Amino acid sequence: MSDNGHGIGAPVKRVEDFRFLTGRGTYTDDINRPNQTCAFFLRSPHARAQIKSIDAAKAKSAPGVVAVFTGGDMQCGGIPCGWQVTDKNGEPMKEPPHPPLAKDKVSHVGDQVAVVIAESLSAAKDAAELIAVDYEVQTPVVDMEKAIAGGDVVHEEAPGNLCYDWELCTAEGGAKEVDDAIANSAHSVSLRIVNNRLAPNAMEPRAAIGDYDLASGEYTLYTTSQNPHVIRLLMGAFVLGIPEHKLRVVAPDVGGGFGSKIFHYAEEAVVTWASAQIKRPVKWTAERSESFVSDAHGRDHITDVTLALDAEHKFTALKVQTLANMGAYLSTFASCVPTYLYATLLAGVYTTPKICAGVKAVFTNTVPVDAYRGAGRPEATFLLERIVEQAARKLGVDRVELRRKNFIAPDAFPYQTPVALQYDSGDYHSSLEKALAMSDWEGFAARKKESAANGKLRGIGISTYIEACGIAPSAVVGSLGARAGLFEAATVRVHPTGSVTVFTGSHSHGQGHETTFAQIVAEKLGLPMENISIVHGDTAKVPFGMGTYGSRSLAVGGEAISRALNKIAEKARKIAAHLMEADAADVVFANGEFAVKGTDKKKAFAEVSLAAYVPHNFPHKSAHDDGEGLEPGLEEQAFYDPLNFTYPAGCHICEVEVEPETGAVTVAALTTVDDVGRVINPMIVEGQVHGGLAQGVGQALLERAFYDDNGQLLSGSMMDYTLPRAKDMPPLSGLQTATTETLCAHNSLGVKGVGETGTIGSPPAVINAVLDALAERGVTDIQMPATPFRVWSALQEAGK
Amino acid sequence: MKTFEYHKPSSLDDAAKLLAQADAVALAGGMTLLPVMKQRLNSPSVVVDLAALEDLRGIRENESKGVVLGAMTTHAEVAGDALVREKLPALAELAAGIGDAQVRNRGTVGGSLANNDPAADYPAALLALNGSVHTNKREIAADDFFAGLFATALEEGEIIRHLHFPIPEKAGYKKFPQPASLYALVGVFAAKTNGGVRVAVTGAGSEGVFRVPELEEALGKDFSPESVPEKLSDGVEEKLLNDIHGSPQYRAALITALLRSP
Repeated sequence: MSDNGHGIGAPVKRVEDFRFLTGRGTYTDDINRPNQTCAFFLRSPHARAQIKSIDAAKAKSAPGVVAVFTGGDMQCGGIPCGWQVTDKNGEPMKEPPHPPLAKDKVSHVGDQVAVVIAESLSAAKDAAELIAVDYEVQTPVVDMEKAIAGGDVVHEEAPGNLCYDWELCTAEGGAKEVDDAIANSAHSVSLRIVNNRLAPNAMEPRAAIGDYDLASGEYTLYTTSQNPHVIRLLMGAFVLGIPEHKLRVVAPDVGGGFGSKIFHYAEEAVVTWASAQIKRPVKWTAERSESFVSDAHGRDHITDVTLALDAEHKFTALKVQTLANMGAYLSTFASCVPTYLYATLLAGVYTTPKICAGVKAVFTNTVPVDAYRGAGRPEATFLLERIVEQAARKLGVDRVELRRKNFIAPDAFPYQTPVALQYDSGDYHSSLEKALAMSDWEGFAARKKESAANGKLRGIGISTYIEACGIAPSAVVGSLGARAGLFEAATVRVHPTGSVTVFTGSHSHGQGHETTFAQIVAEKLGLPMENISIVHGDTAKVPFGMGTYGSRSLAVGGEAISRALNKIAEKARKIAAHLMEADAADVVFANGEFAVKGTDKKKAFAEVSLAAYVPHNFPHKSAHDDGEGLEPGLEEQAFYDPLNFTYPAGCHICEVEVEPETGAVTVAALTTVDDVGRVINPMIVEGQVHGGLAQGVGQALLERAFYDDNGQLLSGSMMDYTLPRAKDMPPLSGLQTATTETLCAHNSLGVKGVGETGTIGSPPAVINAVLDALAERGVTDIQMPATPFRVWSALQEAGK
Repeated sequence: MKTFEYHKPSSLDDAAKLLAQADAVALAGGMTLLPVMKQRLNSPSVVVDLAALEDLRGIRENESKGVVLGAMTTHAEVAGDALVREKLPALAELAAGIGDAQVRNRGTVGGSLANNDPAADYPAALLALNGSVHTNKREIAADDFFAGLFATALEEGEIIRHLHFPIPEKAGYKKFPQPASLYALVGVFAAKTNGGVRVAVTGAGSEGVFRVPELEEALGKDFSPESVPEKLSDGVEEKLLNDIHGSPQYRAALITALLRSP
């Protein structure tokens, strides 16, 4: 509808970047309220201990201290989990209490024990040192396999440390039928896979300001959140009992989240509650070392997987048994990640007919584990792409050919998988072939020879993945235990002079929504970018919203905007028809102009919007509102509930070089071809892929949140937790990203989502490449992260 | 960070007097002290900033043609200095590989040596080059200076003024970074000096920097990568750290791998 150069498909530079790159953003920590106080949380140094007593008297009388609160002071609900998973025996999952401040016990290092509120942060910290906590230290539960073997429990409410024992078996005969299918197949291959625990490390640490207004009785929470409305719902309804009209949640600019800022955290509830107690604003900002022990971690699965194949190498059955770490408490999405976002993806891009997945969710005395960029889908993809690779090696067949042979065919859509999902569209062959060509797969042997001449081992690895985005049809997720709907809301407000403000329930934490969403407006209304503003992140401004995660913003939030824009265009067309004394059916709208077909009559969009607000000549409703006629004004809202998930898919290929003497792995090349549906802004898509790939390389080669037997996080700072750096990525000449396009069949934009492709598709490609490099030395398996130490150790072990 | 008294004396004597107070610490570049103060792991009551002591600055050649570095010389200054690059290119390279640009512009050679972090780079250079530490009280030979993790021969109130480095016939430094911190997981400095070959290892030792006699012997016969043995004796492994980034066996393998690499 628009050819103004800013519409759908244009590589428009991100409009938000000027303020981000010049230090003009407003993050939560940039906000200061009049008469504000500072909060400091005293956290548990122990992984598991009973609290026998807390003596805060000295702290309360320390200089500059306003108040000290402990668990006993705070009468409120616990931090809730958003998903009720039912286990395979029909029992609801175990939900041990999660008080915002510890009551009788602490359950992980970093658990909040007390909050000190003072005139300055340093006064609060000084006073915190004066709090005497009498801990009875207990043996912590750290290792998942030991946790379910009997013995100590994290919570009395969860015997055997089991949150749930869940199963998704599509074969009618259940697990036995899949076992039989495996036993009766010509070939089978098994692996044990550890999906390493990750600490999210958004650039902006979490922060929260509670601001209670004594005059109105209204609470405002400023917080680092991906979904302010969800925080309002969880904290208002479940923890503090504050109705929506008295609780405003503002999430201003948010500096990254990767999932870790979806969840409702204790600190948010504490500062909001405390603000009403002391009748002053209370501000808290995490320090990096606090982030490591209080932000929800990601991944942390141990999985046994078996894939069976027939004599022609077609996959016949897949069995997966997973232990999923929940940490000490159930975080907002925790229970859903290793079930509905994981087991449902186990068909991958393949036609495997029988699949059975059993998932035991385990409590341990560690930081809660929840969604992290990809959430469940990287874990599913990693195990599939590792086991397919292993099958190819075991059977001595070409790994690309094995994939081709088992792909769901391009003409098979809609394709019903045996694990609940129905894929609407896709073409896995075309992304595979494109990636093979781009990566010069055929020329690898020559490059390997060249590396060998330099004493290096070179390997190439591939991964063909699928994911489910655009979460999600509310009726479906409701039947799966979601305690909220997962629609999205948008309001489009056309101002009298024709400029537009869009209020969206999606909330950018770095994705560039202010650009992408504006491009949809530019496309649909034919307006220049500078006439469009996107407003998000404030429950007082945006009608409703479920927020940004699971690559849902465009597919659900963008579609809601698109639908509200359709309503605007339709109403504006009727107004234009009235102004031009034409039949609405004869009025066409293109490039920001309404025209009457076959005449030279035209009205600019701004003339129509002005008429809507200065309705002197206007098709008003009749006195009895008989359905004809219009109300003045030009503002429309849409609530959009998707009909299905969306299914981005693609192929990632990685090439590595290994230095055998040191085990150092260099990523020489990464090639990605992703089908993310229609691309609104190719530059933003490329940026999302690059960022995701860096995190994918991070998981594969570098990152590991490592707890020792005492429940201490040994990699609890940047000194020991390895985040990817620029040098860990391939040189730009070796970094190739491209897209293929099959349109989503059930949203009008045809979009699927791009936020997580990098972290989902790349880790198995990287590890398969490492193993390909090490194969000539007899190494057959390695766990993530493939650090130099691990690679060297694997080489030593194989060389024995 | 807790409150503390801050002093910036302009004479070495004043600095020494201030440092003689109870609970006083010297501040050089602050690359270690400031972070641990911010984390409240160290809360001194008096901080004596050495930044105004002119005597602790500068790079020059001494009468025996060695290189003298003022204790407050930053890593960036060492890395970029024409004299160091000409006489001791291995040391210039070592300095250029420390931390990042911000650290190299703040961190000092004297601060690094006085702190004796087991993964710091300079201790390997001082030990392998058979250098010496000149303080406000005395001269300390490299072999007598390092005394275990974060420990040195420096006494209370003793301030490093200069570091003296004799010029070797040949020298080189290689390190394999710990992936997260980029400190040396293993750093090896090998030097052919007029007193024989000296090999010092940092990053790997459970007691900090140390010399490796078996490597010195092997390289003493022929100072080339080919003469480095493939494997070190068990005696060396016993001295090495074991942590999430590497076992003693791995660290031992890195020592030889670094020396054997061209």
